[in-house]
Amino acid sequence: MNSVQNKKRANKTSLPFFLKDEFKVSFIIIFISIILLITTFTFDIVPPILNRGIQPATFPKALLVLIISLTTIIYYLSIKKPWKVEKKLPKEFFLTLFTFILFIIISKTLDFFLAISALSIVVSYYWGEKRIFYLLLVSIIFPLIVFIFFETILGLRFPPGIITNIYYN
Amino acid sequence: MENLSLMMAPLFSSKLLLVLFFGTLFGLILGVLPGLGPTTGGALILPFTMTLDPLSAIVLLTSIYCAGTYGGAITAILINTPGTPAAAATCLDGYPLAQKGEAGRALGMATVSSTVGGIFSVIVLVFFAPLLAKLAYEFGQPEYFALAIFGLTMLASIGDGSPIKNLIAGAFGILISTIGKDFMTSIDRFTYGINELSEGIGFIPVVVGLFAISEMLTQSTMLDQVFKRVALKAVRLPTLKDYKLTWKTILRSSGIGSFIGVLPAEGGTVASLIGYSEAKRWSKNPEEFGKGSIEGIAGAEAANNAATGGAMVPTLALGIPGSATTAVILTGLIIHGVRPGPDLFREQPEFLYGIFGSMLIANILFFIFGFFGAKLFARITLVPNKILWPMIFAVSVCGIYSLSQSIIDVWIMLFFGVIGFFMRRYGFSVVPVIIGLILGELVEGTLRQSLVIFDGNWLMFFTRPIVLTFFILSTIALLFSLFKRKNKI
Repeated sequence: MNSVQNKKRANKTSLPFFLKDEFKVSFIIIFISIILLITTFTFDIVPPILNRGIQPATFPKALLVLIISLTTIIYYLSIKKPWKVEKKLPKEFFLTLFTFILFIIISKTLDFFLAISALSIVVSYYWGEKRIFYLLLVSIIFPLIVFIFFETILGLRFPPGIITNIYYN
Repeated sequence: MENLSLMMAPLFSSKLLLVLFFGTLFGLILGVLPGLGPTTGGALILPFTMTLDPLSAIVLLTSIYCAGTYGGAITAILINTPGTPAAAATCLDGYPLAQKGEAGRALGMATVSSTVGGIFSVIVLVFFAPLLAKLAYEFGQPEYFALAIFGLTMLASIGDGSPIKNLIAGAFGILISTIGKDFMTSIDRFTYGINELSEGIGFIPVVVGLFAISEMLTQSTMLDQVFKRVALKAVRLPTLKDYKLTWKTILRSSGIGSFIGVLPAEGGTVASLIGYSEAKRWSKNPEEFGKGSIEGIAGAEAANNAATGGAMVPTLALGIPGSATTAVILTGLIIHGVRPGPDLFREQPEFLYGIFGSMLIANILFFIFGFFGAKLFARITLVPNKILWPMIFAVSVCGIYSLSQSIIDVWIMLFFGVIGFFMRRYGFSVVPVIIGLILGELVEGTLRQSLVIFDGNWLMFFTRPIVLTFFILSTIALLFSLFKRKNKI
């Protein structure tokens, strides 16, 4: 087991540094933190007479400096001891991620209920469910039960859309 | 005596009994399903609690916590996959014993030891939480700041990953809490002109995103996983011989679990591992551990359920979560306008003792449900992920939308779901983010108020004995976790 792990790690060391997970993750964290740190310099400054303790920007600045410092440390340590190699992400993951985007687009443009149905049917189908009854169950019957539960018992009004408008009218 | 009658009050309220019944049942189902568990389940149920009064809401969450922690053992014993992380140690002996055809005996022991551990920890909670709260009366703003820092340094030892990554995740959580209008000066921070961000980011979308949605993405990468279930005829109560063999282990693990639970940010997972290893250390038959030892099951299960009451001690007395699930319960308290701490003990004893009593009843209820229904609950694992997760998604989305009827909250949930997935993939625990988010306002608020008291002199912190004690404890906790896990840094 250990030898397999070491072999994977050895293979990984042959990659250029910028393709390794350690670098990519550390770079993204530090890059975003620097952008946020720059943003803190745009925060309004409170006049000394109103200022209580420290300026509103000081605390987030300290946190971001801490995050950058700790990330630098984990990257430095990863040079000596590389991280465990993660399995390549399967296509089902990207499809699920894609359905989230689909959900956002449909819920914003067409209908909230339709967005839930679309996501449910696509996820269920690509995760391996091919039986029509179960696809209908997850995409129509169950969301309908949830919709009615929230609408009638919890008194929630869903955003307008092509299907919800029919229901409300 | 008065407190005892307050504790028994839920028994005489049909509404609370109903909440307890459903909470325990729901907790068991969540505990049984790998990937869900009481933390994710609690997060999912949070939006629904908004329709309940504060006591019913917290009773619902605590009963899910107690039953969910036990429920993990059913899956651990029957399919060798812990339903919750806290049941990981139960797999070590539970599954081998089940393979020997003694699944009923293994589940019986898990049920009894979980119930004893849970009840023991409620007794600890009843006695120690008021004591700790009394101590907290002495606390001013600087002491609360030092306490919050102590809670945050304990984040380093969460899970079994890198302590530095945990600290980064904790700092990220605190950073999220700074989004919106600064509570002291009303100046916008990280809002980028988006009105919806002025009020800050709500706890619940972040919690549901980090736990439920990230788990959905994780499940999408594990679709080829196949569970092999061991057949179960019926749960059997342990025999007299079993009791003789394990009663010391159960009591020891109950003590260990309660103590570990009290430590901020630790929880059932650490407790069960220590409970298991101590059971092995004190056992007359240590060679049987890992091969189906009944003592191993008792040690792990008593400890992880004992951690539930223990973890509620700092949560209720100080407002510092004792575990991931209590972080969700703390979120529930905050959204219902209940601020944990010494004032809660003074002003609302009926509320607190109602919670204590409910936890006690939940422990008895899951014993009954577990004993008579384990076979049925085990069948829940047969629901395939391809059907289960789209349903969970529908409930999550509607639940989050119902909070403030804002689609932005749903997007925030999805955003944190993706962040949570990548955090977990690269070894960053998501629990510190939640704890950081909860403690963020406390840390910043008490720091700034302390500096006002000290006229901007930072050195004044070191002139207060309690503050100094917490700073020393924080340094020790940090160094200890760094030293203990130097291989995982």
